[in-house]
Order: sequence, then C-alpha cells, then structure tokens
Amino acid sequence: MSILDYAAAELSRKIKEGKHTAIEAMEAVFERIGEKEEEYRCYITADRESALIRAAVVQRKIEAGELCGPLAGVPVAVKDNLCTKGVPTSCASRILANFVPPYSATAVENLEKAGAVMIGKTNMDEFAMGSTTETSFYGVTKNPVDPGRVPGGSSGGSAAAVALAECFMALGSDTGGSIRQPASYCGVVGLKPTYGMVSRYGLVAYASSLDQIGPITKNVEDAAYLLEAVASYDEKDSTSAPDAERDFAEALTEDVKGMRIGIPRDYFGEGLDAEVRKVVLAAAETLRAAGAFVEEFDLGMVKYAVPAYYTIATAEASSNLERFDGIKYGYRTGDFEGLHNMYKKTRSEGFGEEVKRRIMLGSFVLSSGYYDAFYLKALRTKALIKKAFDEAFAEFDLILGPVAPSTAPKLGESLSDPLKMYLGDIYTIAVNLAGLPGISVPCGKDKNGLPIGMQLIGDCFAEKKLIRAAYTYEKRKAGADAWAKIMRRS
Amino acid sequence: MGKNYETVIGLEVHVELATKTKIFCGCSTAFGGEPNSHTCPVCTGMPGSLPVLNRQVLEYAIAVGLATNCEITRDAKFDRKNYFYPDNPQNYQISQLYLPICRNGKVEIETKKGKKYVGIHEIHMEEDAGKLIHDEREDCSLVDYNRSGVPLLEIVSEPDMRDAEEVIACLETLRMLIQYLGASDCKMQEGSMRADVNLSVREAGAKEFGTRTETKNLNSFRAIMHVIEHETQRQIDLLEEGREVVQETRRWDDNKGYSYAMRSKEDARDYRYFPDPDLMPVHVSEEMLEEIRAKQPEFRAERIERYRREFDIPAYDIGILTETKQMADLFEETTALCGQPKKVSNWLMGETLRLLKERNEDPEDIRFSPKHLAKLISLVDAKEITGSVAKDVFVKMFEEDIDPEAYAEEQGLKTVNDESALRRTVERVLTENPQSVADYKGGRQKAIGFLVGQTMRAMKGKADPGLVNRMLKELLG
Amino acid sequence: MANVIDDATMEYVGILAKLELSDEEREAAKKDMGRMLDYIDLLNELDTSGVEPMSHVLPARNVFREDVVTNGDGREAALLNAPERKEDMFVVPKTFE
Repeated sequence: MSILDYAAAELSRKIKEGKHTAIEAMEAVFERIGEKEEEYRCYITADRESALIRAAVVQRKIEAGELCGPLAGVPVAVKDNLCTKGVPTSCASRILANFVPPYSATAVENLEKAGAVMIGKTNMDEFAMGSTTETSFYGVTKNPVDPGRVPGGSSGGSAAAVALAECFMALGSDTGGSIRQPASYCGVVGLKPTYGMVSRYGLVAYASSLDQIGPITKNVEDAAYLLEAVASYDEKDSTSAPDAERDFAEALTEDVKGMRIGIPRDYFGEGLDAEVRKVVLAAAETLRAAGAFVEEFDLGMVKYAVPAYYTIATAEASSNLERFDGIKYGYRTGDFEGLHNMYKKTRSEGFGEEVKRRIMLGSFVLSSGYYDAFYLKALRTKALIKKAFDEAFAEFDLILGPVAPSTAPKLGESLSDPLKMYLGDIYTIAVNLAGLPGISVPCGKDKNGLPIGMQLIGDCFAEKKLIRAAYTYEKRKAGADAWAKIMRRS
Repeated sequence: MGKNYETVIGLEVHVELATKTKIFCGCSTAFGGEPNSHTCPVCTGMPGSLPVLNRQVLEYAIAVGLATNCEITRDAKFDRKNYFYPDNPQNYQISQLYLPICRNGKVEIETKKGKKYVGIHEIHMEEDAGKLIHDEREDCSLVDYNRSGVPLLEIVSEPDMRDAEEVIACLETLRMLIQYLGASDCKMQEGSMRADVNLSVREAGAKEFGTRTETKNLNSFRAIMHVIEHETQRQIDLLEEGREVVQETRRWDDNKGYSYAMRSKEDARDYRYFPDPDLMPVHVSEEMLEEIRAKQPEFRAERIERYRREFDIPAYDIGILTETKQMADLFEETTALCGQPKKVSNWLMGETLRLLKERNEDPEDIRFSPKHLAKLISLVDAKEITGSVAKDVFVKMFEEDIDPEAYAEEQGLKTVNDESALRRTVERVLTENPQSVADYKGGRQKAIGFLVGQTMRAMKGKADPGLVNRMLKELLG
Repeated sequence: MANVIDDATMEYVGILAKLELSDEEREAAKKDMGRMLDYIDLLNELDTSGVEPMSHVLPARNVFREDVVTNGDGREAALLNAPERKEDMFVVPKTFE
C-alpha cells in the first residue's frame, strides 16, 4: 500500500516508529498534487520547497524526541481563510490577492505546536460564502468522485484534498455547514465544533457569531486528534470558551449503550432525496443495534433557520468585509477619481458576484428603518431556535439526521438558483445559529456512487458524546461492509 | 427684525482616557511615536484580528459616570458604527449606541448668573480614529494609525446651556472632575479633550426647540466661543430671512474663522449600528461598582469646603489652589510638612504660577517636591536666607528640584550673621559715604535708608536688613 | 413578490456598501434581493413578542485585558501589504477639498 493510504494518526505512528519520515509523507503529497491538481484545483497555494523544509524541521524534532504528539509529522492542508504568517491568504478573493499576513491564526499556531506540517492553503468559496466552491477567484474545485460535480462548500478544497489524498487531514471553517456539507459530498469526516471551542483569532470573518474552525479528515479518530490539537482557550478571542473539555481522544471508544439519539421528523420531510433518506435511517439502525436508544421526535423551527441565517450572516458580513478598501492591504483599483470612487471601484472589481450580493443584502437589512423588522427579528428567531434545541437535548444526548437534502449537484447547477442553493443548507444552518457541535460521517452512497453523509448534532460542548457515537458507528459500519463483501464473494 | 432669540446648546465632549494601552489591543497610547509604530493587527484592521476590552477603560468610564451622577448600566454592550473613512481601519468604529455604560446624570455649573445643573444624557466608550496628514505636494493624504484604538469617552450633555459662558463653565467642570479622577489630562490644545457643539435658536419663550446643527471637533475654548457666536448669528439671519435651518454637521475652520457644512452625497449618515459580535456584553457587578466607588477621590467642591475649615487662607487662594488636583495635592503635602498654609499658598499662587505661565507649562508639569518647598520656607523663617535670595533658589528648584539648603550652602547664598564681618562692611560703607553720614547727623533720618541699601548691596543681599539697621544706628551713635 | 427593490434603493445601498454594480449585475441583484427578502418575510409568521434578541449563544461573562503594553513596534507588519506607502504611512486619495 502507498504511504498516502494511511490515515493521519496512523501515519504519525509510523513516522515515530521510524518506518517513514515526515519528508517522505510530504514528498508523496506533492507527487499526488502533481497528478491531481490540474483537474481538481483543491489548493490556492502549495509550495513544495517550503513545505519540505517545514517537514525536515519537524522530522528532526521528532527524532530528537521534542515532538511526540499523535499528529507529529503529518502533512495538513489549511483553508485559505486562516491567516498564515508569511504565506499568502486570499479567502479565494481577488480583493486579497497577494495579501501575506504578518501573523498566524491561533489554530494554525496550535497545529505547529502539535507537529503537523502545513502543505498549503486550500480553495474555497470566496470569503466562505457559498456551498459549492464555485465562487473562488482561483478556479472551481471538482468533486473527487465525479469531476462533473461540485465538492460542496465553502471548505470544498479541504474536503476534496482529503478525499483525493492530496493531504492527510485538513482544516476548514463552518458558518452554515461549510465543513459538514463538503465532507458529506466528498465522503470524508467533517466536524463543526461548539462555538467558542476553537479560537477564531486569525480566521478571516464571514459571520463572526457563527464561524467556527474544524477538522476534515479520513476518519473519526483523526477528527478527534485534529480537533484536540487546534482547540484551545484563547485570550485574543473574547468569544473563546475558557473551561470547556478539550481532551477529545478520550472519547474514541466503541460504546453507545444507553445513549439517547433523537431523529427529528422535520429533517426527513419533503425536499429530502429518497436515497439519502434510506441510507441515513439505515445508519440510525446501526447505532440502535449497537445499543443506542433511537426515537423520532419533532424539533420544530426548521423552516425558519435559513431565513434567520441569511439575515444575520449577511448583516455581519456586510460589516466584516468593510475593511477591504484598497488602503491597507490587498487589491486596489488601477485608476479612480477621488476617495469614494477608489472605494467603489476597488470593492466592485475586488469582490465576486455572490459576495457583493450578500454585502448588499446585509447592508440593506441593517439600514435605518429595516434594522428592527429584519435584523432584530432574526436574532429573536435565533433565540427560539436555540430554545427548540435546548428542549430536544433535555430528552436526547444526540440528534441524528442528514447533512444535505441530496448528494453533490452538477457544476453550475446551484449558482443559477441561489435561493435553492441556500435551501441546501437547511439541515446544517440551525446548528450554527444555536452554536452547537455537529459532525458529518460517511454512511453510504447513492446509485451514482456519490457519497452520503449522516449528521450527528450534540448539545454545546458535548463533542465527546458526538465523537463516541460517530466512532462507534464508523467501526460497526466498517465491520458490516467487510462482512457484506465476503457474503457477495461466496 | 427686533425679535428676541434664545440659543440652545448641547455638548458632545470627547475625552481621551489616560490608559497605558489602547481600548482593544496591547498597543501603547504614548504620544510621539514614529508613524504606525504603535500598531498591531487589531488596531490596523487586519483580516482575522479580534478586539479584547481593556478593563481600565471600563473602570474609568464608570468612575466618570459616578462623578457626574449617572446611572451605571449593569449590562452594557458595544455596537459597530459603520462608515467608510481612511482614518478608520475597519471602516466601522466600535462604540456604544443601544446600551451605553452611563446614563441620566448631571453636573452643577457656576456662572455670573449663579449655579445651575446641566444634564448628562449619556456617556459611552469608543475607539479613536487614526491621523490623516495632508500631503499638499503629492496632492494625497497619508494615514498614521498610532491613535487608532486609543480609548475615548464621549460625554453627551442635554441641551441645557444657553450661552458660551455656560458652555465653558460646563467644560471646566467636566475637565476638573475628570482630572481629579486621573482618567484623562483633558488638554484641549493636545486634543485629549474635544467638543462638538449642538446648537439651535428659537424665539424667546418658545416651547419647541429649533432645528440644530452640529459643529465638530473644536479643541479650544476660543474656537468654541467663536462657533457659538457665529452659528447663533447664522441661524438667526436665516430665520430672519424667512429661511430654514438645515440639520447638518459642520466643520469649523480655526484659521479662516468660519464653519461650513460637511455634507456630501457619499455619506448617507446611516451608520447601520448593530451589536459587535466579536465582543461579549459587559456586566457591571455590585462588587465592581463598590470597588470603583471606594476609589473615588475627594473632588474640588469637597476640598474647597475642607480647606475653608482646615486652613486659614483666603477663599480666593482656595479657589485657585483647587483648580487642579496637582496644585491642591502639592499645597496639602507641603503644608503638612511646614505647617504654614498661607506661606505655601503664596509660593504656589505667586512664583509657581508665574513660572508656569512664563514657560507655558501646566501644574502636572511641576517638578519640585513638597519636601523642598517646605524646606525653602523654613530656611526663610529661620533667616538662613533672605526673601530675595529665596526667590532665586526657588527658580533653580522649579527647574530641577534641587535641595534648597544644599544649594544655598554650596552657592554661598546663606545670610551672614557673623557680626564682625558685617561690622567691617558697615564701617567701610560709612567711610565711603561721608555725605550721607553728615546728613543723618544733621537730622535727616531718611539718609539711613540709603546706607542700609549700600550695605546690603555690599553684602550681596545676604545680610539681615534689621541687623544692618541696628548696627548703623549704633555706629552713627 | 412583496419586496420590490427599486433603483433608488440599490443606489442607496451602493453608497452604504461602497459598491458600484454594472447594469446587468444590478438587475440580477435587484431580483435576488427581492426574492431573499420575500423569503425572509417568512419570519413574520413567528410570534416573537417578548423574545429577547440573541446576539451571543455563549453564557454572558466579562472578558477583559489588563492595561499592560504587550505590543512592540508594529510598523513593518502594518505596512507590509500596503498598496501604496510613503514615509511609513498609508497613501490614500486626498480626503479634503
């Protein structure tokens, strides 16, 4: 087998045992990138030379015994909206073309402390606004299973890179489903942590009250280790949670006995693809068989999540993206007359269509006369959504449902109808509004062989329950699949 | 013409707080750094940077709120004020609109017309903007973010003032309260205290307010008085011509001495305020409030009362000494050491203020210590040095806080009480001035004054004039 | 559709957001915005009277920095990416007439 077939933690063990080196792993990654990038465009920035130097430094530290963590030596891909000192960070936007941050995001510093080695920066929807990775200024990322389809988004580059073994693990960010949905479309694991679990310092903000950084990996074990590596309380982020449990590897045990899992009927109603429905419910059965108590219930508020989300997210985005003005960094228009014309031309030329669309909407809902009717109304709705989940978690340990209503759509399909695209986030968005953790675990394929993801949702700071259930499911399913293969042969 | 108009004035006072660091990051607030040297990702609006509130800013804000009889908001929030301008790196300013830290206060002011209250509508915390320098040669502007993120308090008064005198009195009262708190040095000339003047006129006796204009960023009492005068006249003229006053923001040009409207099609003045999601709301607990209350200093009014009781000095002196906390503290500490309030007051009100004025410095620039001033006073009392010598010694002390005794010693400025030495000088003066001696003996008493003067000069002022007088009379028999 | 966005509104929002859309962009944006706002109107079905707007999901707590200087000279880092700089300052079109 190729070194690229290892999962992250597995690779790190081999490196620490001396069977492989961090340099070999990085060499293999760039070989793979050489074969695949042309077609799939997972990366915006990936410089072989500097990556190999970083790998060599880490390898030396591992041999000197200075680095011995579960991810030491593992090449990792980082979404391009995380600031990386000295490495271009563009958010897939022209307006940040050749912006080189003078500092690194706390999550990126934590990765380095853990001995993971950065490969480069992955492609994404511009400023994380999108569900397809088609709005990137640097080209469209393709779905690893079917290049005619989207990988999902906005962390499409990270998810596709993991699925294509162009990296061993990756970081993404999730504002309305941007980690879980591409993970589901690409057949990998994606975890969106509780709001405040991972520091947002150095994450270029889309919607500050909803953004979270999280892992995209080949399996649940890697997700637990990668989250444990990047999660930390950070005094530089006022919304960082001071005393949350962050020892996630602890939860890597096969045990869901007595765990109460709720299945919201309103997540399985109209709009959900029949095959997705079947596969996700089968996954629930697997957990029941493993000893979990599984029951249907009505969550409520589901149809209000998307409109509330687009009000809050676009409002915050319109303000967060004001700093891109052609004065301090990034793109500045060529010719202009006076200050305001410079602002307008710079921003109109620098931002893509979807971003402009959301900035306009956000500016409008905050403008005088509309603030109460739109923005405050959305914040009140958010409170009700939170309440609905609180009530659910009084009954259940976890909520189980689909990640997306369908499998990966064809390229170009979604952007033609934005509202339809927004509705694709219906099962993921409420989780961000309520600040909850959610994980997407591969649970099967449709007739075209396109991956389907199951979403598990936990209460705030219940990541360990989430990981335990996901890990148990993954193991049981692997066993069942192996058995099915044998049966088919005989 | 002939109608009577009343001017209605409200103030928005911006005060730069005396913190060591900026409101949301660990950058220094010190003046005079190289352009953009006191900056970091937070105060230059780098992508991904996040603000964290400086505790001291909140404590100063609450202290000022208590000093101005405000209600302290127990759950305050920060909001974003969105507008594009190059001195504002994020293109939004973090400020407070919906839940400001202080509300509904008042301060007592005193004018020739007597005492009255000016209402404080609210006080909120916000961040200052960077500095724009205009490059005439290149016909462009340059931005320096050293001041970006420096903490400000904005104190918004009610429209309770009716003329410039009341406005100045209100500003003076605020300045003294805030200086006594040590929350800011409130130096208008250095921009650490700035005021926007909201002004409208109405016919005397009218119930409704007229349409008001806001004139921004005035940094001297002179400018404020001019603005009030000009803007009042401008609005009256409009009304007299049957025209309308437009609600607008105006900028005062101090050099040209007139104001102009700042309106432009590109500023819609729709700030789209909303709670800043990057900052948690601030909860002011009972404990926090008590702690700050306990630390409140004795303000001017209380001091004036106490000085009346404790020290036997004129009310006029008390008024001047308590104008700044530095002066008042210096007075008390020195008096405690030498026990002579009137003499201390004389030194402070006389020589000290004269030298400060001469060097245009402020009381907070005073270098000499209470210990040395007390010593100087006792040296004079003990006739170790004469009054005139003391003045020269004081100048030196004012400049570099020298020990007056040691200095007088090494400079040989001490009064000579050695009789024989003095007697020799007196005898010489007598022999050198036979005419005056003759005059005196001839009954012209006045002549002795001249002889005393001659002796003092010969002694370089270091003799005790009383003693010289006695000795002359004795020798003239 | 209930929310009709006219050109005046687009012009106004353009001033607020400092965006200048091409004619076809504007037409498309007008249409989308109208549709989005209609969709957002769905929230009006909800009775939210007496519900506090929720800006933070985390339990409220005070987060402070102590007033201690922690940053050194940030000049180079700040100006590193400046499109145009002069004498360690950012160059912008003149801001005064």
